[in-house]
Amino acid sequence: MLAELSMHIMDIVQNSLSAGASLVRVKIEQNDSLDTLAIEIEDNGRGMTEEEVKRVQDPFFTTKSYKKVGLGIPLFKQIAEHCDGSFEIKSVPGKGTLIRARFRKSHIDLPPIGNLKDTILTLVVGKPDIDFVFEIYKDGESFILDTREIKKELQDVPVNHPEVIRFLEEYIDKNLKAMEVVS
Amino acid sequence: MKLEDLRKIREKAEKELKLREGKARVKIVVGMGTSGIAAGAREVLKAFIDEIEKRNLQDVIVTQSGEKGLSSHEPVAEVWEEGKPIVVYGNLTPEIARRIVAEHIVNGNPVTEYVIEVKEA
Repeated sequence: MLAELSMHIMDIVQNSLSAGASLVRVKIEQNDSLDTLAIEIEDNGRGMTEEEVKRVQDPFFTTKSYKKVGLGIPLFKQIAEHCDGSFEIKSVPGKGTLIRARFRKSHIDLPPIGNLKDTILTLVVGKPDIDFVFEIYKDGESFILDTREIKKELQDVPVNHPEVIRFLEEYIDKNLKAMEVVS
Repeated sequence: MKLEDLRKIREKAEKELKLREGKARVKIVVGMGTSGIAAGAREVLKAFIDEIEKRNLQDVIVTQSGEKGLSSHEPVAEVWEEGKPIVVYGNLTPEIARRIVAEHIVNGNPVTEYVIEVKEA
C-alpha cells in the first residue's frame, strides 16, 4: 500500500505527532555485510498501555476502535515479518513509544527506502514546532540531522523560511547521496 | 555545505523579518494520514514547499495534519487565509498544488475544479 519505506516512516511519525510528541527520533541503520536494515522511530508522546500496544498492531481492531491510528502500523509490521525481519513496539504511558523494525535488506519484497530526503524535509519544514533527530547509519558512515541544532543556529528565523528550506534541501540531499543509502 | 552556513542565512533573513514584522498571511495544511500518504500527500506537500521556496513567499506557511476524514478525496489540503473562509482542495497532485500556489495564493483566484468544500474559519 505504501510504496516506499520512507513513506512508512512518514506515516509512523504522524502517529507520534497525534500522540502529542514534541521530539521524534528516527534511526535508520543499514548494514551491507550483515544484509540488514533496521528502522527505529522513538517519540516522547503520551505512550500506550499494553492493551493499546496490542490493538494498534491488529489490522482488524485499529480502524474501528482507534480511529487516530490507522492501518499504518499493521502494514509496517507485516513487511518486517515478511522480509525475514522482526517488529516490536515498546511503549510507556506518559513517556513515549519506540517502534523498531528489522528487515533482510536483500529480500525481494522489501520496498525501496525511496525518497528519504522528501520525508525528512517535509517533516522538518511542515512541523516547525516539533524537534526531529534523524540518524542514518550505513556500515561505517553516518549522517545525523538534529533540528534542535538547526534552530539554535537560526534563532528567530523559522525553519520554514524559504531560504532555510533551500539550504536544508541541498544539505539533506548532499549528505544522503554521499552515503548511498539503499534505494 | 555545513550547518554553520545557516548563520549567514539567519543574518540576512533577520533583517527582512524585522522589516515585515507580520504573521503568515496564508497557511496551507496538507492531510497526512496513512491513506493520504498512500495517495501521494508527501509529493503534494513537497510541491507546495517547493513553490513557496522558489517564489520566496515569506508570508505563506505549509504545514501538515493527520487524517482529514475525506479519504475518498485524498490527497487533501486546506488553504487558510486571514479573514476568508477555509478552502478545502481534494484529489491533488503536485501539478495542481503548484497551480494553487500560482492562481489562488499569489493571484487570489481559487482553482475551483479541485475545491471540494468551503467552510467557515
